[in-house]
Amino acid sequence: MDISTTTDAPPPTPSRPTTAEGKRTARGATRPGDRIFLGLSRGSGILLLVIMAAIAVFLTYRAALAIGKDHGSFLTTFEWNTNVLPPTFGIAVLAFGTIVSSVIAMAIAVPVAVAIALFITHYAPRRMSGPVAYVIDLLAAVPSIVYGLWGALVLVPHMNGLYGWLNDFFGWTGVFSWQEGAPRSMLTVGILLSIMILPIITNVSREVFRQVPQMHEEAALALGATRWEVIRMSVLPFGRSGVISASMLGLGRALGETMAVATVLSPSFDIQASLLDPGGGTFAQNIASKFSEANEFGRDALIASGLVLFVITLVVNGAARVIIARRSEYSGANA
Amino acid sequence: MAKRIDVSGLTAYYGSHKAIEDISMTVEPRSVTAFIGPSGCGKSTFLRTLNRMHEVTPGGRVEGKVLLDDEDLYGTGIDPVAVRREVGMVFQRPNPFPTMSIFDNVAAGLRLNGNYKKSELNDVVEKSLKGANLWNEVKDRLNKPGSGLSGGQQQRLCIARAIAVEPKVLLMDEPCSALDPISTLAIEDLIGELKERFTIVIVTHNMQQAARVSDRTAFFNLAAVGQPGRLIEIDDTERIFSNPSVQATEDYISGRFG
Repeated sequence: MDISTTTDAPPPTPSRPTTAEGKRTARGATRPGDRIFLGLSRGSGILLLVIMAAIAVFLTYRAALAIGKDHGSFLTTFEWNTNVLPPTFGIAVLAFGTIVSSVIAMAIAVPVAVAIALFITHYAPRRMSGPVAYVIDLLAAVPSIVYGLWGALVLVPHMNGLYGWLNDFFGWTGVFSWQEGAPRSMLTVGILLSIMILPIITNVSREVFRQVPQMHEEAALALGATRWEVIRMSVLPFGRSGVISASMLGLGRALGETMAVATVLSPSFDIQASLLDPGGGTFAQNIASKFSEANEFGRDALIASGLVLFVITLVVNGAARVIIARRSEYSGANA
Repeated sequence: MAKRIDVSGLTAYYGSHKAIEDISMTVEPRSVTAFIGPSGCGKSTFLRTLNRMHEVTPGGRVEGKVLLDDEDLYGTGIDPVAVRREVGMVFQRPNPFPTMSIFDNVAAGLRLNGNYKKSELNDVVEKSLKGANLWNEVKDRLNKPGSGLSGGQQQRLCIARAIAVEPKVLLMDEPCSALDPISTLAIEDLIGELKERFTIVIVTHNMQQAARVSDRTAFFNLAAVGQPGRLIEIDDTERIFSNPSVQATEDYISGRFG
């Protein structure tokens, strides 16, 4: 069986002589079922675009109202005072905190998730891979507030050992120095986020690894590759773009995670040089903790910060697409 | 250097299903042996037992002996990975590594083995591509992906990849069944050249192909669906196609089968 015959476009249908009714007959009669489905799918597509455009317009409009009256510099101010006159606020701390916590989460979650996915698809005996995959799925079903409570009540008190160790051995770098404060810092947030985004990355990677064609793995095996070499030569390259997509889904969740961060972090409007010292904040956490007490103007300012998160997410996704597209001629899809 | 294969009493299973039963044969070094027979008769399964690829399939297991010269491939302490480095394989569908360049595809086996020099690598890749009659077509685009080649070129790339590690035996599982007649002819010519250096075993559904390329031909058949496949006879190709000693062989090659 040659796969190219199945992926080729179907040969153009021979056009019938055009009648007075024009192009409709050239493509054959349209049936009611086709028309209804066409209307449904086209309508859904347009609706999606309209909703996205409406969100963008709403965010931009409300944000513009607030930014116009900002006394500080919106991008660089280390303050969030929207109830005073003149109002001074900026997103520098939030952008820093959001990106740092997400980067920590990705650095922990992606390798672990890929390893779990490889274990489930290529190492575990069949009897075991099912239950392991099921448990990972369960992790995805836990509400984020539960993660937040667990993080605050269990994870935070248990971080002291790790923090002390990091401070002893890597404290000299400045990034891992610790002032003995409660470990409600970016590192703890990042670790908690990594657990939360683990299931989505694992599940998508697992599906990708499972779809590696048998013939690519056999190609490596027949050359005398060990199991790890098969994974390195066939499975990982084939799954690469899928793993990137999976990571982006996880990153999206980490960037936008609200309740868990708000429950664990002890926020402040400054940037801590050390990942171990409490303080800082993220976009979503800041919105959640300030929104209920904010006045009309304060809400507009928070919406402006939400718009920045929106833009960051777009940029990250765009970058991922570029990475995937740049080597597409080498991708497994060409096989 | 090419080695002799000596199979005795080989039976292979998929789980509890017996796929082939009690096969014994000898394959001479530097010769081409073709396996023919109806679909499902176990010729591909048998081929895959010769480099221990059969056991990769879940539930796959083998009884019996396969001697490569004097070494039993299924002996205790034999590493299947080492076996596959000695016995190369070319598959039905061309399967170059899609994420690797043409050069890297050919070099893949060498890099697995670990001990090579950079200058050596270039020579081996060139020699292997020349050996697979592909060098002239790809020498200007060695760093382009192998998946960009035509089907016939991809299959010759896979052959170059297999011979780059200097195996003792080359197994080919219907290597031309996904190719057009011109590419098929190119592969058949290549097989004729390769048998100077390797022991070649080829599974084919195309009896003219078996007659054209092989020195010896083995006919496999199965008594009924669900029954294990058996070796009916193996003999010089000329004799199999002119005057086989078993009636079933004659029925099959003359098209009176089933």
